[in-house]
Amino acid sequence: MSQLQYFLALLAGGVSLIGLVFGLISGPLEQALLLKAFLALGTLSLVRFLVPLGFWADAALAFLGTVSVLTGIGIFSPAPAFFWLALVASWLFAWLFVERFSRVLAPGWRDSGGLGLIIPIVFGVAILVVWEAITRGANVPQVILPPPSMIGARIASSIPTLWADFQQTFLKAVLIGYLLGCGLGFVVAILIDRSPFLKSGLLPLGNLVSALPIVGVAPIMVMWFGFDWPSKAAVVVIMTFFPMLVNTVAGLNAASVIERDLMRTYAASYWQTLMKLRLPAAGPFIFNALKINSTLALIGAIVAEFFGTPIVGMGFRISTEVGRMNVDMVWAEIAVAAVAGSVFYGVITLVERRVTFWHPSVRGA
Amino acid sequence: MTAVVSARHLGLTFRTNDGDVVALSDVDLEIGKGEFVSFIGPSGCGKTTFLRTIADLEQPTSGTLTVNGQTPETARRDRSYGYVFQAPALYPWRTIEKNVALPLEIMGYSAPQQAERIGRTLDLVNLSGFEKKFPWQLSGGMQQRASIARALAFDADLLLMDEPFGALDEIVRDHLNSELLKLWAATGKTICFVTHSIPEAVYLSTKIVVMSPRPGRVTDVIESDLPRERPLDIRETPEFLAIAARVREGLRAGHSYDEGAV
Amino acid sequence: MQRLGQSFMTRFLPILTVVVAIVLVWYAAAIGMNAAWQNDVYRRGDVANVPFTQFVLDTWSQDKPVLPAPHQVAIEVWNATAMVAPNKPRSLLFHAWVTFSATGLGFVMGSLLGIGLAVLIVHNEAMNRSLMPWIVASQTIPILALAPLIVVIGFNIFTGTIGIPTDPARLLSKAIISAYLSFFPVAVGMVKGLRSPEAIQLDLMHTYNATPSQVFWKLRWPASVPYLFASLKVGVAASLVGAIVGELPTGAVAGLGARLLAGSYYSQTTQIWSALVVASMLAALLVAAVGVVEKLVNRAMGARPA
Repeated sequence: MSQLQYFLALLAGGVSLIGLVFGLISGPLEQALLLKAFLALGTLSLVRFLVPLGFWADAALAFLGTVSVLTGIGIFSPAPAFFWLALVASWLFAWLFVERFSRVLAPGWRDSGGLGLIIPIVFGVAILVVWEAITRGANVPQVILPPPSMIGARIASSIPTLWADFQQTFLKAVLIGYLLGCGLGFVVAILIDRSPFLKSGLLPLGNLVSALPIVGVAPIMVMWFGFDWPSKAAVVVIMTFFPMLVNTVAGLNAASVIERDLMRTYAASYWQTLMKLRLPAAGPFIFNALKINSTLALIGAIVAEFFGTPIVGMGFRISTEVGRMNVDMVWAEIAVAAVAGSVFYGVITLVERRVTFWHPSVRGA
Repeated sequence: MTAVVSARHLGLTFRTNDGDVVALSDVDLEIGKGEFVSFIGPSGCGKTTFLRTIADLEQPTSGTLTVNGQTPETARRDRSYGYVFQAPALYPWRTIEKNVALPLEIMGYSAPQQAERIGRTLDLVNLSGFEKKFPWQLSGGMQQRASIARALAFDADLLLMDEPFGALDEIVRDHLNSELLKLWAATGKTICFVTHSIPEAVYLSTKIVVMSPRPGRVTDVIESDLPRERPLDIRETPEFLAIAARVREGLRAGHSYDEGAV
Repeated sequence: MQRLGQSFMTRFLPILTVVVAIVLVWYAAAIGMNAAWQNDVYRRGDVANVPFTQFVLDTWSQDKPVLPAPHQVAIEVWNATAMVAPNKPRSLLFHAWVTFSATGLGFVMGSLLGIGLAVLIVHNEAMNRSLMPWIVASQTIPILALAPLIVVIGFNIFTGTIGIPTDPARLLSKAIISAYLSFFPVAVGMVKGLRSPEAIQLDLMHTYNATPSQVFWKLRWPASVPYLFASLKVGVAASLVGAIVGELPTGAVAGLGARLLAGSYYSQTTQIWSALVVASMLAALLVAAVGVVEKLVNRAMGARPA
């Protein structure tokens, strides 16, 4: 074991021991038995300095700790010291497990048959557990931060509202704007491709625009196209147009000189060269823009709704529910937006892998 | 013998920010049908530029150049040559057979014609069985063989090869050289071959054009009298070594006066 | 001198042409988009047979045009910057400063956080495996949606629980959004940069028996500089967006975002456009400033000029 692992193991065991002592002296023994059992086992883990323990033992301890902490939240109010020590101990065991497990996995091996996924999942679950335990155990006002369980319940109970908002913002504004913006950027890139003059005029501007706070056009679009989704789609079109333009133009120039000379020796026409060489070679660039734009589109649509909407839409819901201090609903919308954004991105990545399978960045993964 | 390539007082000057660079100066050369001509010289001597001029990838600034009696541009539009570059330049998104099919698609061959030619040329370069592989799944030598197959696919009589084996190791190179000779014998094509390896030039060629830089020009043209049938160990015979010595002499003569220049 | 002329012809002439074309299209669009309102005005005022030139000029000088003409925006920007004392709320410089201070503070916080996290990720495999997937995934999430939440809740916490005066509290809650937005590109870019040394260079350090901190300062850190600046440019632009969006939710009265919102409430199109123009200039300045620092650092490091 490395220095860090020794230290973590010692700390985890020590915290368990202190927690156990606190737990035994405070209150009746049969109260929160699971927590105490976990702390006892955690203390026992100190035998690892005599008998080696596998890292799965740490995983089991972390799991037991998580379960005992989650079930223990409701028992006391306010939560006693040993509850928090148990939380810290389970966090430390999880950390120790991750630390030891990642040494076992071959370095640089990204996905060891799904095993590589365990670590980020452990991390994500740990965050949720700590969030839940702290917000409920310490009675954090839910206006500041509601516990995940409450957000989950809110999602489950407001599916019709969330679905209507999703439909309004994502299915209408985002998707339509995204398709139009990306399509336009692509077509304009193809059109100006034959004119070096236009290219050298538009490209620096395109690069400049990508650094500008374009979401600022939202109020103008709302004024021009009204409160409903077309104004949001218009913002999305403007936001996604330039990344697509710049990337496609760069991609069309990505084919190497030799590859182009080859087409010339075949006396290939402009369109033959475009279709058979330059567009396929531009694929990785175009997908790069599609991925950047997937995030930009969602941001654009949501922010544009801050400037006025009919009474539906994710951005509308977020800004009004914040005003009413219904923070759990805000988090529910954000969760939906996060899932929508990740799935959107994920789908594009999957398509990218199918289409640009030949590119080293995809081949290597 | 009719001249496939004929250059008269050919000159080419590149204009760059640092002034003019004379890449070719007063080049006179005749290449007959069925010949195997190597161009050899240090970098900057214009051997690649000359090949590219034949291929209409560069435009001469003086003199005349004909390919099959036509201008290089007409010859290119007639698809009268196949070009093999320094790198395989296979398209990574196409399988080997699709790469060989590329010129055939562009030139409008029908699907059955394409299939027949792909099979024939891949067989010629010993790549049968690798049709469905992608270029990045093959070794460098196999990739370069595939690119030769691609240049052969549309049956041009002239094959222009620009240091095709330069990036490969010695053993693979020897192997490909003897394969190339066999291919040449089997097809009777005219081949122009750029190299900077003396043994390679002597081993392959019926004619060796020695060039020298600043300005790029032809300093010697050596007709090789080696037999057309050449096993690899011909490279140890006195005849071979004599020609090699003459090539080396020519290279040294062209290079001596500006030794030390970068 | 000749080369200067040439680079003007090849580099600036096309840009200039495109800019001029955009301005012309803008003017033409202003005629078209403001025509309906102008005709309405004529009808109500019983004005008939207006000559075309007069009509065009009228569409270019409305009070609340659908699309203000470029010169109207330019005049508004000029009036709101040069003609007003910069400490007055009428001044766009004042609002730009408010936005800039949140941007700057957030940018510095976010960049430091991003760099720190990248260093941890590069040096600890467990960190790498637990954090990296989440950092990459979080880039796909519309973080900006959190802005109202952070601004309102953060503001309440800072003023209520911690007891910070309102102005710094407002600044801080905006800066948190900015930091949040700039932190991701910097972290991802720096992980890439710190990993950019090739195996052969790391092997060389290994043969010297160099300590991890020596490897870091003599190899990884210098190698990551190009990546650092590339991601800082993205980060500073994102910071500005974060600050502006942070000014949208209730309460903010100062800042370019607040100007945008006020303009949209009162249909003051010219005000919206001028705020947008100033925001764009601020963005360009910030990115250019990062670029200047990059050039200086490159020169100090003896990098080959690009």
